[in-house]
Amino acid sequence: MIVAERKPFDEILSMIGNARKVLILGCGSCVTVCMAGGEKETQLLASTIRLSDKKQNITRELRCATIERQCDKEFFAAVANDVKWADIIVSMACGVGVQFCGEVFTDKEVVPALNTKFYGATVEQGVWSERCVGCGDCVLFKFGGICPIARCSKSLLNGPCGGSQNGMCEVDPENIQCGWQLIYDRMAAIGRLDLLEQNQPLKNWSTGRDGGPRRVVKEDATL
Amino acid sequence: MSGLKSESNFEKLLAANQFVVTGELGPPKSADSTVIREKAGYLKGRVDAVNITDNQTAIVRMSSIAAGTIALQEGVEPVIQITCRDRNRIAIQSDVLGAYAIGLRNILCLTGDHQTFGNHPTSKNVYDMDSIQLVRMLKDMRDEKRFACGDEIRNGKNAPIVEPRIFIGAAANPFADPFEFRVIRLAKKIAAGADFIQTQCVYDMARFKEWMKQARNKGLHEKVKILAGVTPFKSVGMAKYMRDKVAGISVPDYYIERLSAAEDKAAEGINICVEQIKELREIEGVAGVHLMAIEWERRVPEIVERAGLLPRPSVK
Ligand code: SF4
Ligand code: SF4
Repeated sequence: MIVAERKPFDEILSMIGNARKVLILGCGSCVTVCMAGGEKETQLLASTIRLSDKKQNITRELRCATIERQCDKEFFAAVANDVKWADIIVSMACGVGVQFCGEVFTDKEVVPALNTKFYGATVEQGVWSERCVGCGDCVLFKFGGICPIARCSKSLLNGPCGGSQNGMCEVDPENIQCGWQLIYDRMAAIGRLDLLEQNQPLKNWSTGRDGGPRRVVKEDATL
Repeated sequence: MSGLKSESNFEKLLAANQFVVTGELGPPKSADSTVIREKAGYLKGRVDAVNITDNQTAIVRMSSIAAGTIALQEGVEPVIQITCRDRNRIAIQSDVLGAYAIGLRNILCLTGDHQTFGNHPTSKNVYDMDSIQLVRMLKDMRDEKRFACGDEIRNGKNAPIVEPRIFIGAAANPFADPFEFRVIRLAKKIAAGADFIQTQCVYDMARFKEWMKQARNKGLHEKVKILAGVTPFKSVGMAKYMRDKVAGISVPDYYIERLSAAEDKAAEGINICVEQIKELREIEGVAGVHLMAIEWERRVPEIVERAGLLPRPSVK
């Protein structure tokens, strides 16, 4: 899923500025799972804004709504009236949802309440971690199913750098596991260390972000 | 001498089976060239080649090619370090053409410290390739006379091919993890085309010897020239810092104890370094030492002299 986290409150407040009718729009998919922008979080943000407004003597109306997905146009119809009412939409979706919201409601200002972080998974209660950067040419089969591009701080393809120590990465030995130690251990466990002895040539990055904004077209699904 | 890959004196000495000594020179954090000339003065005639670091620890310094060119003017043969952190394949190949055209003959290929260590932690990194792919790219430029894209290295259809004939090095760190992968990685560097290897500084002699044994078991010492890294301790604080703070370096406690007990810490640091060089020289497959006297270049003459490495041999 896409993992995101809420922006600092003051930043959100400054984006809202003088808008007096604010629609806080949650998303029921990834960001609900990672507890950043689901229904619960829209309520939480609304009450924080109310509290702050009260302190500052600001009169402002807030509405909360959450749709199933903000990355699919069809779900926005459910909130069309709220949008019409609002001066501004604070989208609690990932960056994709925020942009799509603006593409549907072209005459409204839409601001992001979240910082979109990565494609990842829940590793323990309340902890998410990155697994993929969408390089567009998956090479997981060469590395025992552990991605060196996403999980090595330097995206190295031929083995660990000199900074790998006790399973941790030099970039943050407290918090970041060395992706290459993980790859090595996994390859040893499945008896495929031989794969790691092969020299990996230069990667073609043009299938990723470096090739410019991407599009996928599935011919048999187009109208 | 035939069969040489470059016009590097350093290569010639290694080919003649001389026990070589390389030094290290960190470019200044300014546009001031006098620092380079001064450091080069300490190193000239005392070492066979000098590594010019490439924004080491991700702190902005004068470019390694520019500083190396100044060092060359001062009569020392540079080994230009290139990391994969800051430049993509376009920039690196362009720089290698330029470096060769200026007269630089040795390049050491490194992954590079992550930018979070340095003074621009908010910058973007590149890592278009890793150090092993960089070695391969330089080898293909030299031996296949082609760029990474496959194009020939010539200015036009009818122009001559003028490829950069570089003596190619890579680093090895026997002290990083996973230990079992370290010799595999060395083998991959050799397969990619490394001509010489300089190791991380050796303090844990037992682990280094074990690593060398593994390398010899695979016959790697016959395929590549391995230079063992040494760095003299200037103080107890430095030894502790290296032990605790530098990823991929292991410093046994007995060095810390020995330095602590000594009256003159710097002198004891040099004693230790001289002993290490002598011990390393005895290890089968060690073709030389790489002396990294970080911001201590002025003590290099004393160290090489006491280690019995003077005078340096000249190249025929
Ligand atoms: S190789 Fe590419 S697509 Fe596959 S997991 Fe890694 S980043 Fe994602
Ligand atoms: S320590 Fe491991 S994860 Fe970190 S950059 Fe080096 S190889 Fe990659």
